[in-house]
Amino acid sequence: MQISGAQMVIEALIAEGVDTVFGYPGGAIMNVYDEIYKQDKFHHILTRHEQAAVHAAEGYAKASGKVGVAMITSGPGFTNAVTGLADAYMDSIPLVVISGQVPMSLIGTDAFQEIDAVGISRSCTKHNYLVTTAADLPRILKEAFYIASSGRPGPVHVDIPKDVTAQIAEFDYSKPVDIETYKPNTKGNTRQIKKAMEAIASARRPLFYLGGGVVSSNAAYDVRELVKRTGIPAVETFMARGTLRYDDPHLISMLGMHGSYAANMAMSETDLVIALGARFDDRVTGKLSEFAKNAEVIHVDIDPASISKLVNAHYPIVGDVKNVVLEMIEMSSIVNPERYEGWRETISNFDELHPLTFHEDSERIKPQWVIKRIGELLGDDANISTDVGQHQMWSAQFYPFTRPRQWVSSGGLGTMGFGFPAALGVKVAAPEKVSINVTGDGSILMNIQELMTAVEKKLPVINVILNNNFLGMVRQWQTLFYDKRHSETDLSMQPDFVKVAEAFGGIGYRVTTKDEFDAALKDAVAKNVVAIIDVVVDRLENVMPMVPAGGSLFNMMLLEKKEKK
Amino acid sequence: MEISERRVISVIVVNEASVLSRITDLFSARGYNITSLTVAPIPDSKYSRLTIVTSGSVRVVEQITKQLHKLIPVYKVYEHADLVEKEMALVKFPITENLSDISALCGAYNGKIVNVGNGVIITMVADEPRRVDHYLDAIKRYNPKEIVRSGAVALER
Repeated sequence: MQISGAQMVIEALIAEGVDTVFGYPGGAIMNVYDEIYKQDKFHHILTRHEQAAVHAAEGYAKASGKVGVAMITSGPGFTNAVTGLADAYMDSIPLVVISGQVPMSLIGTDAFQEIDAVGISRSCTKHNYLVTTAADLPRILKEAFYIASSGRPGPVHVDIPKDVTAQIAEFDYSKPVDIETYKPNTKGNTRQIKKAMEAIASARRPLFYLGGGVVSSNAAYDVRELVKRTGIPAVETFMARGTLRYDDPHLISMLGMHGSYAANMAMSETDLVIALGARFDDRVTGKLSEFAKNAEVIHVDIDPASISKLVNAHYPIVGDVKNVVLEMIEMSSIVNPERYEGWRETISNFDELHPLTFHEDSERIKPQWVIKRIGELLGDDANISTDVGQHQMWSAQFYPFTRPRQWVSSGGLGTMGFGFPAALGVKVAAPEKVSINVTGDGSILMNIQELMTAVEKKLPVINVILNNNFLGMVRQWQTLFYDKRHSETDLSMQPDFVKVAEAFGGIGYRVTTKDEFDAALKDAVAKNVVAIIDVVVDRLENVMPMVPAGGSLFNMMLLEKKEKK
Repeated sequence: MEISERRVISVIVVNEASVLSRITDLFSARGYNITSLTVAPIPDSKYSRLTIVTSGSVRVVEQITKQLHKLIPVYKVYEHADLVEKEMALVKFPITENLSDISALCGAYNGKIVNVGNGVIITMVADEPRRVDHYLDAIKRYNPKEIVRSGAVALER
């Protein structure tokens, strides 16, 4: 069929089963928006900033497991979206981001709203395309969806000049994708898996180290089975929260800079690390030369470049985590769970010595209490997004996660302003769950304009601000490592968040007591509207425990023991 | 300390727009070195071949090859161990220098005088990069005015 480039974009999105596009129109992408106007097969959600459109697509992708789609215009539209691309790249989130570009004849002339978009996105996307003729569009769009969602997932950027969207060409979307130079290996080598299982069976203190790849390969429930059958304790990375249920006896906790003492000690004492879809990030390992020093390493990852990048793998297995774990389950009868009883006991002793906890205060609300309380009141009924900072770490530490894709947070890039738009995308993907964005008084202002999107599209996200009048995490580092010189982190000058929420048509609550918090959260959930709950929390609370940057995991700053009265 | 060694990597890529910047961006983004880089289309195919001379520890070079392979238009990556490697150098000399000496030197490094112009001659040699180094060292006394090196090309034995 002969159609325009703009129509091809619509047809391709429909063929890919896209139900929602997040975007913001502008000059160079107008032909495509004109076709969006004419169709009724998918929704378009107009965010109020291009960065938010991409973060919303990320939230949607993370919660649904599908490819998220965002659409923006050229020049500033694109540059605003770059943070979202970079965020998705770091956290391996499958996205297709389509941008308009000035017409081919104007490329390179410093035209109005022209920027070398593919030049900029090259280093923060899995792949990108500048479409030079409409005849290439069907193939490119199909490849974009395939590349975004296969192998190690990631964002793909397609830049389309305005005249290409007007060109008429043949549209045939039936041809299967065939990229000779891109054939991700998804099946692990069986002989290698067998060797790894033998190593597990003969290890004394093995430890599962679960990463975000477990979630993105939809392997969480299989991992639960493998953990149960082998009886081997597990630590989760920040990205993997929700892989094991919070109450799974095998789950120690999160490891890393703000991981639990027991999780970090287990990693330091283990003799066999079983890394599944984890990439040994510096926030996880601390000082590399001291990381799991006496252990051998099994490393399962779909990305060969992740294996032995930072920590040498004795048993490298390239493949999709799900496929490999399924094979491991089949071979799991050689592993005797009773063998690790002493090891499990050692770990529970670590946990008893320094449990992951905080000191309650009768007068002030502790930020950690808020997270626990949301968990008690909503638990499995909520999906949790966060921004970046102290509130994010407390959420990862204290929320009782029960399932994969319940947790959506910016891990690799650490993007403040991620949480609210991401929570909108989460709500679109999972309307039956309460979508909570846990945020800080710093982060929320970085995409506060999305209140308008939320109210307009009736996406009742509940923003819970842990308000300490500080850029808290930076303040914490200044307190600990810069002799309490709180340079530019005092955020005492604040808007009235209740009025802000109301000005956009949402509901605002200012909360200073635990009872008020309960009442506010219950009210917001019951009313099912866009809300801000501004919670005044203890100003100087620190995220503990903590491995100082570059320190060893076993050398943690711990929560000070409270004197017994 | 891990020992940094000179390595030659060949990369077969789809011959398309911006593929070269994908490669060089990867090197700069990850802090790898490029000592020399040559690129040309492979005859009768849609591919081009790049020969990259780099340096790094075994671990770094392994990462370079893996990261290169991750790029979508990259078809194959060879990290050469046993190879035939050649590099070309063009050198311009004043015509007043001892031409027979220069010519003899060129001959010893698979080369000759390739152009005689107004006041200058141009010589060409093609040899292993280390021997090209020797050659360039040896000709210093003949006051070379301009030196151009091509970067290495290599084939596995």
